[in-house]
Amino acid sequence: MPILELSNVHKGFGPPNNRSEVLTDINLAIEENEFVAIVGFSGSGKSTLVNLLAGLETPDTGSVVFEDAPITGPHPDRGIVFQNYSLLPWLTVTGNVELAVKQVFPQMAKPERKQHVAKYIEMVNLTPASWKRPKELSGGMRQRVSVARTLAMQPKLLLLDEPLGALDALTRAQLQDEILNIWDREKKTVVLITNDVDEAVLMADRIIPLTPGPKATLGQPFRVDLQRPRDRTTLNFNPDFKRIRNRVTNYLMDLNEEAKRLSPVKDLPLPAITPVHNVA
Amino acid sequence: MKKLKHLLLKALDVAALSVFEPVVRLCYGEDPKAQLNKIGKFIVIPILAFIAFLGIWHVAASNIETKFGSMPTPPVVWAQAKVMVNQVFENMEAKQAFYVEQEQLAQGHETKSAQFAAAAELPKNTAQKEAFLAEAKAQGQLAENARNASYAGTPTIVYRVVHSLKTVFLGFLIATLIALPIGILCGLSPMFMAAASPLIQIFKPVSPVAWVPIAMILVGALYTGTSMEPAMISSAIVVAMCSLWPTLVNTALGVASIDKDHMNVAKVLRLGWWTRLFKIVIPSSLPLIFAGLRISLGVGWMVLIAAELLVQNPGLGQFVWDRFQDNSSAAFGQIFVAVFIIGIIGFLLDRSMIIMQRSVSFDAPVAA
Repeated sequence: MPILELSNVHKGFGPPNNRSEVLTDINLAIEENEFVAIVGFSGSGKSTLVNLLAGLETPDTGSVVFEDAPITGPHPDRGIVFQNYSLLPWLTVTGNVELAVKQVFPQMAKPERKQHVAKYIEMVNLTPASWKRPKELSGGMRQRVSVARTLAMQPKLLLLDEPLGALDALTRAQLQDEILNIWDREKKTVVLITNDVDEAVLMADRIIPLTPGPKATLGQPFRVDLQRPRDRTTLNFNPDFKRIRNRVTNYLMDLNEEAKRLSPVKDLPLPAITPVHNVA
Repeated sequence: MKKLKHLLLKALDVAALSVFEPVVRLCYGEDPKAQLNKIGKFIVIPILAFIAFLGIWHVAASNIETKFGSMPTPPVVWAQAKVMVNQVFENMEAKQAFYVEQEQLAQGHETKSAQFAAAAELPKNTAQKEAFLAEAKAQGQLAENARNASYAGTPTIVYRVVHSLKTVFLGFLIATLIALPIGILCGLSPMFMAAASPLIQIFKPVSPVAWVPIAMILVGALYTGTSMEPAMISSAIVVAMCSLWPTLVNTALGVASIDKDHMNVAKVLRLGWWTRLFKIVIPSSLPLIFAGLRISLGVGWMVLIAAELLVQNPGLGQFVWDRFQDNSSAAFGQIFVAVFIIGIIGFLLDRSMIIMQRSVSFDAPVAA
């Protein structure tokens, strides 16, 4: 029984005469405690898809069902970590997490709430910076706050919308490990949106490519049966890892080729121009 | 020591006085050559420019003859400033003397009252007794009146400054109370904005002078209280009518241009309308709101002088008008003193608003 199910979902934007169909015919079923990565090129509609899952957008046709009930709007059960952190700049780290906790667990007494907030800040290793404001933190630290805020809401489904896209490679690797650790402990259903195939193979149980837009749809899924915990240092020499990575990458490259072939403009007629130098 | 330096620099930064930063750095012996260079450029040159201004003023003023005598030169204005300060002290002394005198008067009446009360015990005749008692009571009343009398000398410049500040803050308060809620509603609802926009566009450019008669007539008709002078209320209303627009427009802009990410957070957390307003919308628009308040207070102070002059509210505006009516060269000099006082107070108000604006602005670093 899947916890999250999308059937025949279509989503487009704009008026009827100038409509851009972003997603067409999306079918997806995610099991409980599964870690699914959705991989796609930029502009293929990944964020639209995650907004549908979060309930920030509603599908034009088709249905998005979470725990047997159609999604009608955002809910704390489906926590989302935004690509651009979306922290409130006037609140401290603690303040940002606390705002979410206060909203989701209004019955919590103050000492209990403080403890709860502190626990999740500790989980992302930010206790020493808990009094700082987002402006004073690095990108990686900001994204950690965002992760802590979402985890503190104790969602059943964790939506990660390219959470590490804006980070440098070293910070990215560190945060990947931290997220995997937390996932291992907290056991949640995770949907990770990414454009990084290595990241997807390292983290996910299943990788689903999103074809290039417009009219993007989900492609052939790849199962990742690598044993956990996965160690990034030895993974590079693991033949299974290499095989899956190459298959996914090739699949995406082929999709891209196809998309280019199908695109209406084949050759732009360029005028024959020769540069003129030393014009008086 | 290093910490103190850091604190000083930060305080200067927050107070928007970073021109004095090189002085602090020089005191700590940090790269003296560069600091002296900066002091020369940004402190000494401005001082020289001010001196040059005084020089030009002096030369120009010496050559202008008016019906009030010659135009006051800087030394004349300075002398008048001293005269005004002396008046303040003289007034204080006179006031003190007045109250001492009143107290003596009151004590005299009290003694008489006590004498009459004692005398009332002696006669057997009831009519005479009652007459004595009535006299005792009357003397007691006189003593009380003497104690309650308040000094009514001509208002000094200090009194006028305080009165003007009270009036401008009353007007600013009225403006803020009107502008903030309407601005927030305009920012939240495009429909409300569309409805309010024509009114804003029409009333915003109206000169303060046009509001003066309206305010005076309305206050005359509607205000029956005694706790404030009608002139003060009229002036405050004129200030409010002219200074509410920058706050209103800035608040609307701040609320309307709230970051989409922040609204997404509000949606995901499913914040209620009020929580969203107080936890997301208002904090995120505070920097723009305070920018608006700062402009409003500046406009309000400028408008106040004109309003006081016309309404005859006993503040700085009325002072300028009184001096003009005085027709003397000394009074002409005092008008110049008033101009400087008005300018300096306006500057200080602006500075204090900058400090407030910085302390709520989450984009700029705030002193710990």
